[in-house]
Amino acid sequence: MIQEGELKARVFVTLKPSVFDPQGRAIMEALHSLGYDQAADVRQGKYFLLDLNVPSVADAEKMAAEIADRVLANPVIESFKIEVADATIEVADATIDVDGAAK
Amino acid sequence: MTFAVVVFPGSNCDHEAQYMAETVLGQQVRMVWHKETSLSDVDVVILPGGFSHGDYLRTGAIARFSPIMGAVKAFAERGGPVIGICNGFQILQESGLLPGAMLRNRDLRFHCEYISIRVDQTDTPFTTLCTPGQVLRVPISHGEGNFFAETSVIDQLEKDRRVIFRYSNVHGEAIEAANPNGSVANIAGVCNERRNVVGLMPHPERASERRLGSDDGLILFRSAMDALATRGALQAV
Amino acid sequence: MAAFDDATLERHGVTHEEYNRIVELMGREPNLTELGLFSVMWSEHCSYKSSRVHLRTLPTEGKRVVQGPGENAGAVDIGDGLAAVFKIESHNHPSFIEPYQGAATGVGGIIRDIFTMGARPIALLNSLRFGNIDSAQTRRIVDGVVRGIGGYGNSIGIPTVGGEVMFDARYSGNPLVNVFCLGIARQDEIVKGIASGVGNAIYYVGAKTGRDGIHGATMASAEFDDKLDERRPAVQVGDPFMEKLLLEACLEVMQTDACVGVQDMGAAGLTCSTCETGARGGVGVEIDVAKVPQRETGMTPYEIMLSESQERMLLIVKRGREKEVEDIFEKWDLHAVHIGEVTADDKLRVKHNGVVVAEVPNLGLTDEAPVYHRPYAEPPNRAAAFVFAQADLKPLPSAGDAFMALLDAPGIASKRWIYRQYDHMVRGNTIALAGLTAGVVRVKGTPRALAMSADGNGRYCELNPRQGAKLAVAEAARNVACTGALPIGATNCLNFGNPQKPEIMWQFAEAVAGIGEACRALDTPITGGNVSLYNETDGRAILPTPVIGVVGVIEDAERVVGRVFPSAGLDVLSFGNNLGELGGSEYLNTVHGLLRGEAPSLDLAQEKALHQLLVEVIGAGCAKSAHDCSDGGFAVTLAECCFDSGATGVSVSVPAASTDGGVDLIAATLFGESASRAVVSVNPSDTAKVLEAARRLGVPAAKIGVTGGRTITIAIDGHGVVIECPVLDAEARWSNGLSKWFGGSAA
Repeated sequence: MIQEGELKARVFVTLKPSVFDPQGRAIMEALHSLGYDQAADVRQGKYFLLDLNVPSVADAEKMAAEIADRVLANPVIESFKIEVADATIEVADATIDVDGAAK
Repeated sequence: MTFAVVVFPGSNCDHEAQYMAETVLGQQVRMVWHKETSLSDVDVVILPGGFSHGDYLRTGAIARFSPIMGAVKAFAERGGPVIGICNGFQILQESGLLPGAMLRNRDLRFHCEYISIRVDQTDTPFTTLCTPGQVLRVPISHGEGNFFAETSVIDQLEKDRRVIFRYSNVHGEAIEAANPNGSVANIAGVCNERRNVVGLMPHPERASERRLGSDDGLILFRSAMDALATRGALQAV
Repeated sequence: MAAFDDATLERHGVTHEEYNRIVELMGREPNLTELGLFSVMWSEHCSYKSSRVHLRTLPTEGKRVVQGPGENAGAVDIGDGLAAVFKIESHNHPSFIEPYQGAATGVGGIIRDIFTMGARPIALLNSLRFGNIDSAQTRRIVDGVVRGIGGYGNSIGIPTVGGEVMFDARYSGNPLVNVFCLGIARQDEIVKGIASGVGNAIYYVGAKTGRDGIHGATMASAEFDDKLDERRPAVQVGDPFMEKLLLEACLEVMQTDACVGVQDMGAAGLTCSTCETGARGGVGVEIDVAKVPQRETGMTPYEIMLSESQERMLLIVKRGREKEVEDIFEKWDLHAVHIGEVTADDKLRVKHNGVVVAEVPNLGLTDEAPVYHRPYAEPPNRAAAFVFAQADLKPLPSAGDAFMALLDAPGIASKRWIYRQYDHMVRGNTIALAGLTAGVVRVKGTPRALAMSADGNGRYCELNPRQGAKLAVAEAARNVACTGALPIGATNCLNFGNPQKPEIMWQFAEAVAGIGEACRALDTPITGGNVSLYNETDGRAILPTPVIGVVGVIEDAERVVGRVFPSAGLDVLSFGNNLGELGGSEYLNTVHGLLRGEAPSLDLAQEKALHQLLVEVIGAGCAKSAHDCSDGGFAVTLAECCFDSGATGVSVSVPAASTDGGVDLIAATLFGESASRAVVSVNPSDTAKVLEAARRLGVPAAKIGVTGGRTITIAIDGHGVVIECPVLDAEARWSNGLSKWFGGSAA
């Protein structure tokens, strides 16, 4: 049950394009062997769901970005994307791209 | 001489490091719990191997926030010799004390086996007794030892001679076939700019008794003792 | 008028007779929670109700036994006031459903059984059986199990020092994952799973309780059928990091004397740990499940008591010492919670927020669980089905071709692809590297080392369960002796089909009898073990597979030898008699696709003499290497002595096997699997001494050749050279036999 005032931030962490992804490659080979030849590439990443007790979406975005940058992603090899969802709406409310600028 | 072995929750090669330093080398050892904040009166700091915090999130990603890391950084800034072994190396990378990051081994499998590494630079506290190009037989034991950094970073590391160890064959050739995990340029270990902090994925502390397989690893720790004896404690090399 | 309908009873795995017994024991009908407690404690997995009658016949005493069966693990004296604490356990059914987590949690479970006794675990072994390797599903299971064992063992930092892997179609729906763990404790510091002292505190520590594994105990007690998917939720996810913290914290707590008893929560979780500690101590246990840390909401007392969430321990703490214990756990970021007390009555009393929701006599759940004398009978015409004659066999390929085919067989080929995924060096004690069948670890602070091996042979047991079981004990002890260690204790993991079928129960009873006979003769008492029944899919059972773990002591760790010829120029000696027995052999299976014949004979006195000889000559430093003959026979054994040697070859000439006619003599000599044999390399200056020792001990022995050259050359008297193969060619075949199935070379 989601309480009033609680916000959810979704953080997607992916390997930077220049980094070789052996897991993604292994998955793609498995897809091809299952007949999904149209799968041109697979990159594996991580998904974090943060429940944040902050008063506004902007606060959530700021905190999530800080958490992602400091802990969830390793900036040497990973980049991240954030989506903040209001408690009552399933769809992403706002997104921040990697440079921190709001879309 | 006093070795500090830092123990994080989930470290499990602290035991070997302690035995090597205390019983094989006959030195003082202080086991330092990760919540402590002081490293006074130790001469060498070892961050041992293992699975700190279960390798959850990323290897070393949580351990870098431990209270002790402030003291490790200060010790390194004073020029103190620090060696990070396997997970210890990963923690130093996550802390920003060493460059690059570790990916999963390219065959996606854990590898526990003896390999060879070539010592490329002998001007660090841990390699002063080595000869350039010396080949050491040491074991690896990791699932995420695939060293990665952006090309520009690698170029700089090579230019600054900060690649200390490379995976090689027994003849010292750093060829593809001798690379167990896919690391860029066969990099097995690097140092910081100041050359007092060294990290390597292989386990020299496990190669400290011939009857367990090899004692080639001892030279790294004897080097540290020698470097300190010659130059005095806590001076930059 | 029963309180529960048939469907409910069936879901709980409780028969009508058992239900009536419960009512009798309680003096009333149980409520649903109480029924749940009985259902897990009286399940086959927890109560051993089908097997106790037979297990009671095993030898469990001996001058070295410090702790026999009945506790979380057994223990034997290894000198200097120390004990080796060890046990083997199975996690078969979960490993079919979810191979990675099934195997991982199996490793986690056996490790807890060791450190709950106050022993620091220092080594792991595993014994694995899968279906035919050409099945993609089998390979998926192999891959998952191996990664799971590595994933858990490596993370917690306990080395996997050896094991065995075997493939046969009879295991395809029922893989066997048996895991052995050994730890060291001071004998006077062993902690038992006993609750005592009225008013003492009951503490829970470790992971939070969730809904996982509810009815896991009953799943392990039931066959697979097409309702498999419904059982999926019963597999738990292991957390080796949590267990590492628990291990360190518990060992630290047990160093103080604040605990009177400790038990891990394994099968049947909180229920089992509370009623068993209470029953052992003759006291009552009262807990309030509302105090149990939970990671899901709305859990009922039923769910909390039956949960099999991993990485949880129960401690009985002396009144007044609670804070001390809590503080130690806090240091490790663990939360020890006071959930109850030891009481003066004999009940397990479960409260929920102060209200009693279940109350059952401890002994009723444990000692008074049903004991079944299940009927058993040898199936008629059983032996006749296995008879074979030379005429039944396909024309023999050349001995050289058969030799290569055997080296290539996944059951014999190098297991390096597997053990390279296990950290076999962590903790810095491992002397013999993995790849040898016996693992050896030194005991720091003493001059000694311990050797351990886990072995079984389902094919021999299918032909003759009693004989096959005896041979399993002999093989495990022989592997240990080949390192120079004296076998001193054993543990058993009994993997069988449905015990309600008389022919399966017959296999079980016969196997237990065989184990007993062999353990008595070889002086390796059983200190504990595990039974896994109902290993059947759609009514077809696995090969009956008792697996025996044997532990041995080497007085001087410097004297340990491995299987590999250390150099050229050594004499090669054979110990034992080659009776050319091909029954149940890998040769018959791999080359002819048959499981036929009689299991090899076994003279236990001869076997014991062989072990004594090995211990003596290795201890004296005369034997430079030793390897026992088993799967694949003499030719494979000899070849394995050359592998990993840096291409040191060998040239031997042996007499033909002394077998009666009607069997291909060359195949029988090379590939027969007669027991009580070993191949040893010796400095020529010591050969006379070794042969004299063999004569004195009554072990047939002879020099058969020398090490050197680059080929494996075997000649048989009267037949000339029958195998001549470059070592590197044979080694290449052997190196790739298993790994080629997993898309990589072992190199």
